[in-house]
Amino acid sequence: MKAPSFAYAKPRSLAEAFELLERPGAKILAGGQSLIPSLNLRLSSPELLVDITAIEGLKGISLKNGTLRVGALCTHTQVERSAEVSEHLPLVAEAVSHIAHPAIRNRGTLGGSLALADPAAELPACAVALDAVLVVAAKKGERRVSAADFFKGLFETDLKSGEILVGAEFPKAGKSVFLELARRQGDYAIVGLAAVSRSNEKRIAFFGLGSKPVLLKPKSLEEAKKSLPVPAADLYHSASTKLHLAKVLLERAWNSL
Amino acid sequence: MEQSLSVTMTVNGAQVTRSVPARQHLVDFLREELGLTGSHLGCEHGVCGACTIRVDGEIVRGCLMLAVQANGCRVDTIEGLSDSKELEKLQAAFHRRNALQCGFCTPGMLMAAQDLIRNGKKATREEIRAYISGNYCRCTGYQAIVDAIEEVIHG
Repeated sequence: MKAPSFAYAKPRSLAEAFELLERPGAKILAGGQSLIPSLNLRLSSPELLVDITAIEGLKGISLKNGTLRVGALCTHTQVERSAEVSEHLPLVAEAVSHIAHPAIRNRGTLGGSLALADPAAELPACAVALDAVLVVAAKKGERRVSAADFFKGLFETDLKSGEILVGAEFPKAGKSVFLELARRQGDYAIVGLAAVSRSNEKRIAFFGLGSKPVLLKPKSLEEAKKSLPVPAADLYHSASTKLHLAKVLLERAWNSL
Repeated sequence: MEQSLSVTMTVNGAQVTRSVPARQHLVDFLREELGLTGSHLGCEHGVCGACTIRVDGEIVRGCLMLAVQANGCRVDTIEGLSDSKELEKLQAAFHRRNALQCGFCTPGMLMAAQDLIRNGKKATREEIRAYISGNYCRCTGYQAIVDAIEEVIHG
């Protein structure tokens, strides 16, 4: 189908973007790889799209004090090709290769994936496992939210109207493992996990299991298995199948952490 | 009143300027405004890959990008890559290996496959399959398509 009618604006600065976002029915457009399908399917009908892709401050990857800051507008391909991400955040480098297909990774952005909060998406789980800090800007200033507090529920985040996610700060991990089961390469995950080991703590965030990333900080594999929530069934998999597959992935991850 | 915006882009090497409605996606613009009907529209929500084109040298889903977002960009379509002979070997291999039947997916399939070929890696069959996993073909069962791409990569 064709998208419904809307107006379009492309601000050059955050200040200009905040002004535009005050208009009724305004919605942020970045890579558009989730928003444009939802427009074409007429699941969404904004009055104004505010294309933020010309705002320079939202781009780039930089390393500071052991923390890698990734700008919201970095595409999955840029993250995938980044030498800094491969070296310091192998978890994220591995995760982005599972996101859809090359033609989509060339447009889709890190910020877009985090702000959408799809329960089957890879990056929200990585952010939670790594204990990332998400940087959110609004007219009145910037605030920082931990990933665990940012994701509230199904496609629901802590972002308020008028706010823009400007980037994410990922602390390095000691060891990490990323595993995903999907029916075909690039499909939405049936279930997956992002696992991180730091000093004596293990953080394992599941995706495709609940309405938002499910974080476990278990002391043992048995404890981890017992604390998994019963997932909701999806179109193709029953709750017990998903729970079984989550346990299989958990065991694989545990043995290599 | 629908908002119209002026866009200027370079399509297959030629600069074009047009007024477009904000909601028009790039493939509708190419097909209907410029008459470049080689890029196909299948699902129109980013699943089938039939609309794959190049924007600033990288492949994208033409149905998931608004025409206005391509303002200032270089756009290359199957027509441009075919005329420049960049696809010559791949097209010949598709022909030789019977890698198409109805041909609807073929322009997108060629764009995706050429993207893999030009990165220079000696991809395995598995890697070829993974790379074209975002391009649906409902006729061939993919075997012949993978054969053709493999032939070009491995000579």
